[in-house]
Amino acid sequence: MSPELVNLIKGAQELNDDFDLTAVRTWKEAETGRKAIGYMPIYVPRELIHAAGMLPVGIMGAGERLEIIRGDAYFQSYICHIPRSTIELALTRRLDVLDGMLFPSICDVIRNLSGMWTMLFPERYVRYVDLPQNFDPEVGGVYWRRELETLRADLCRLAGRPIEDEALRQSIAVYNENRSTIRELYSARSRQPWVYPTSEVYLLLRAGNLLPPEDHTMLLREYLRLAPLETERRDRDQSRIVLVGTFCEQPPLGLLLTLERAGCWIVDDDLLLGLRWTMGDISCAGDPLQALVEAFLTKSAETAARYLPEGEHGRALVESVRRNRAEGVIFCAPSFCDPALLEQPMLISRLDREGIPHTQFKYSEDTGQFAVIREQAGTFSDSIRLWSQA
Amino acid sequence: MTAASASPRVPTEAGKERSMSLQKQMIAGHYTALSHAPQEGRKVVYTFVPGNLTELVRSFNLLPMLPEINALQSGMRKLSGDYIAEAEKHGHSEDVCTYVKCDIGMLKKGNIGPTGEKLPPPDLLLLSYTGCFTFMKWFELLRQEYDCPVAMLHVPYQSEGCILPHHVDYIVQQLRTEVIPKLEQVSGLRYDEDRLREMLRLSAQAEDDLVWVLESAKHVPSPIDAYFGGVYYIGPMFTAFRGTAEGVAYYRTLHEEVEERLRSGLGPLTPEGSQEKERYRLVMEGPPNWTSFREFWKMFYDEGAVVVASSYTKVGGLYDGGFRHDPARPLETLAEYCMGCYTNLGLPTRVELLERYIREYRADGFMINSIKSCNSFSVGQLLMLRQLEQRTGVPGGFIESDLVDPRYFSAANIKNRIESYLQMLEQKRAGANP
Repeated sequence: MSPELVNLIKGAQELNDDFDLTAVRTWKEAETGRKAIGYMPIYVPRELIHAAGMLPVGIMGAGERLEIIRGDAYFQSYICHIPRSTIELALTRRLDVLDGMLFPSICDVIRNLSGMWTMLFPERYVRYVDLPQNFDPEVGGVYWRRELETLRADLCRLAGRPIEDEALRQSIAVYNENRSTIRELYSARSRQPWVYPTSEVYLLLRAGNLLPPEDHTMLLREYLRLAPLETERRDRDQSRIVLVGTFCEQPPLGLLLTLERAGCWIVDDDLLLGLRWTMGDISCAGDPLQALVEAFLTKSAETAARYLPEGEHGRALVESVRRNRAEGVIFCAPSFCDPALLEQPMLISRLDREGIPHTQFKYSEDTGQFAVIREQAGTFSDSIRLWSQA
Repeated sequence: MTAASASPRVPTEAGKERSMSLQKQMIAGHYTALSHAPQEGRKVVYTFVPGNLTELVRSFNLLPMLPEINALQSGMRKLSGDYIAEAEKHGHSEDVCTYVKCDIGMLKKGNIGPTGEKLPPPDLLLLSYTGCFTFMKWFELLRQEYDCPVAMLHVPYQSEGCILPHHVDYIVQQLRTEVIPKLEQVSGLRYDEDRLREMLRLSAQAEDDLVWVLESAKHVPSPIDAYFGGVYYIGPMFTAFRGTAEGVAYYRTLHEEVEERLRSGLGPLTPEGSQEKERYRLVMEGPPNWTSFREFWKMFYDEGAVVVASSYTKVGGLYDGGFRHDPARPLETLAEYCMGCYTNLGLPTRVELLERYIREYRADGFMINSIKSCNSFSVGQLLMLRQLEQRTGVPGGFIESDLVDPRYFSAANIKNRIESYLQMLEQKRAGANP
């Protein structure tokens, strides 16, 4: 691997491993008065935060490397891992750098975590972002606009300055470019997953939780330039699979490496879905708040946290399988994840109707043993290559 | 509630039997009507307890059916274990809500209801998405099983403890554009606002009596148990009888009976008769376990513990907070009702409510029954425990079980915890009065 690429990946890895959010602190210290707003998975309108001159910071738990000492005292054993590590980060003052925290409506765990935050940190700005589940512009659209207006006013107060429409349009353009670059990267990976292994793509993508979007776009572009220069990267006899269920609590990197080593090329996934929630560009013309509303109503990713009309379940997954020429689907959900696990039987039934092979297992962000997963994924990959008619 | 129909022993004291028999008849009659609905050409709407729109549904001559109630009935009748196993066999995760799995399992095994008769398929799934994420997935799953329309009603969560005007507008707009048109389509009837107003007027009447009954527990000693007994009291209100003359009659009868208990100095009714001694007054957070409901209840009344207020009895409406259905604003009042249900309230509001209960009901302690199945209730309860202890100085207890999964009710452990907790209350009391 070229030293440039090694450094690029190492930099992303260090960024993601730094629970003290040094990059965010550095960004804030570079200019007086800068503020940062944290957000939980999946989607928040980061454009508004950016337009207020603040840094949106994605908080996705702490993986397998943080020892949970105090966090476990707040959650029963049957609750997923991400709230424990997030509370642990906060109670150990690692999130003090954040001037506010947004909790989108993904599930009851993240929802109630917002209330816990309000009680534990009463001096900090906390907002539960209740995304509409009605997609009629005259109903859900009107509601969402009012919610965005409130959020905009809150962010203005925090930032100590107004969010001008023009600034918001520019922020939308910045994020359009970022999402477009991510789409380009996903498309490149789908074509040549051996050139853009998911274990690398994931690290670079996750850096987007902490970097300003402009810097993140540059990082991705550099990766897109460097990865194809690695002439030793060659295709192997592996199965092409789509990974589903990883939109909130993130799997440990070791799990992604394990899947690749077990004979699976990941050609699509829902990792870090919030970074690419909006499927396509948001209009930079006209009323920018309305553009955010319309994009949410019409261009949101299909995922378990959203209500889908009749007949829609699994449609996007099957399309992804076809578009990416995938040979199978791996359902890889965090333990105790209501959205992913309740959704799974519906998706499986659609895949069965379409004759698409699938397998499933669960993980936790702190899973450290991958032998069983490797065996299962390896067997799945072998079975696809040996027996599948797809 | 529906539990009344499962009651093996009708108390002998005069005056107690009346409301229980009445409830039993009402619930049995409703299930019979549901079972015969296809033959009699009546249409059935499946919906949920929190945020249920019973008056609206009934104003279209439609019959409401609540899958949570079927699940808890299955739990009380020891059927839920097999149903859950059936659902897990069909690929439903062991990690998710057992109400859902019990319902799916029941469906897979023929959809036989509590009365032993087959329950009808829904003509409409009214997805009142109120206070529980799982509701959304539950009806998406049922939609795959049944060929029927879904009306989705998204109820904004009350994270900040106050109902905002645009939240009311949002719900009213959904009622007008999504729910009512689908009710019209299924029933073949036009929306009749006058009829709805009349039903809402009846609801408010019954709600007055229910609140009176629940607040009777402020009396020392309490004439009621507001958790184990409370689930019976809320039954008609939370299920199919809000807005009906039967509902009004039931709550009037119940009110009179409890009034009589107060006059006679009687304690709460238990399956073994009136509880004679009130040694501990408790506030309870979280739903009960249904698979071992009687055994669970006995652990309390054997020790002289009476639950004087509970949050579970507020999942279908927080009437003791002052809310009443208002016939003058029919759709707006339904919107406010939905948003005010307990599990739709932010954690700080829930803590404030429990704090108020502890103080106003002069509780010696509070206990949390943390339910594995229910993240909506359970996430944050360990922090609630600390906050309530800090704010009130009253000690809290914590036990864990499940709604309808018998694998998660460990009787010995729970009994041990309850007894230890009550001993601690006793020692605290002795310390305060040496």
